[in-house]
Amino acid sequence: MSSPGEIRYIDHPHPVSGVTNAKLGMWCFIASEIMLFGGFFSTYVLLRAGNPAWPTGSHLLNVPLAALNTVILITSSVTMVMAWYSLAVKSLPKFKMYMGLTILLAFAFLVVKGFEYGMKFEHHIYPAKNTFYAIYFTMTGLHGLHVVGGIVANLYYLFPGSKMWETNPEQFTGRIECAGLYWHFVDLVWIFLFPVLYLL
Amino acid sequence: MSHSEAELKNQVKIYISVFVALMFLTMVTVAASYLDLSPLATIAVALLIASIKAGLVACYFMHLISERTIIYAVLGLTAFFFLVLLLSPVYSV
Repeated sequence: MSSPGEIRYIDHPHPVSGVTNAKLGMWCFIASEIMLFGGFFSTYVLLRAGNPAWPTGSHLLNVPLAALNTVILITSSVTMVMAWYSLAVKSLPKFKMYMGLTILLAFAFLVVKGFEYGMKFEHHIYPAKNTFYAIYFTMTGLHGLHVVGGIVANLYYLFPGSKMWETNPEQFTGRIECAGLYWHFVDLVWIFLFPVLYLL
Repeated sequence: MSHSEAELKNQVKIYISVFVALMFLTMVTVAASYLDLSPLATIAVALLIASIKAGLVACYFMHLISERTIIYAVLGLTAFFFLVLLLSPVYSV
């Protein structure tokens, strides 16, 4: 029935797991990402616990810019879930609007981050300066790379990828739901990064 | 993911409510950082608020509140191994 190389249970749930293979796969990927960022968070805890002279983040980092980025990213999560919702209620134009907004907000996040990094570099503050800046640049940098990855995937789904809506709307809706899961995870990481690095 | 018509209609209200809650909690996070608490209390408060925000994103934006057992199983396993990751440098042989 299914041709070789075809991925099954991609537009309808698997009878055993109850979810599509795409969704199960994406959650497994998110599990691996939790281990990735979790490793960095535990590194941060160990470095800080072993370093009595650790600076207060809010004295060295730009809290207003980071708070703005938090608002931007949370809003992009709302527009992302609305993009999926638009497909669930069968509206492609609404999907495109919300996906477009999500991508714009993601770019805005990177622009703000660019200003933040720029101000640091202007004062000759680089990752090699000390342990605090090393972990700050590493964690926010890795997170930033994940934002870039999300933008690439979302751009694909907004432009060439949306053609799938005409041939297999269930699979396309599933793709956007999975893209949403990834994007919400990126938001989740920032929700923890912001207080840990900037406020504590 | 298949939702019924009735379930879908409610979704937008839920998303907006969660968004408002997240904005409010973000303000609380920043405000709480100005309180002069002991280091342990500061960390506890910051992580508590972050966990609530994360819980809201996970439950409602990621639809975890109405997800299937297998996804809970994957996440439960992840949580266990994350704890192992966190604690293994502390308790290394």
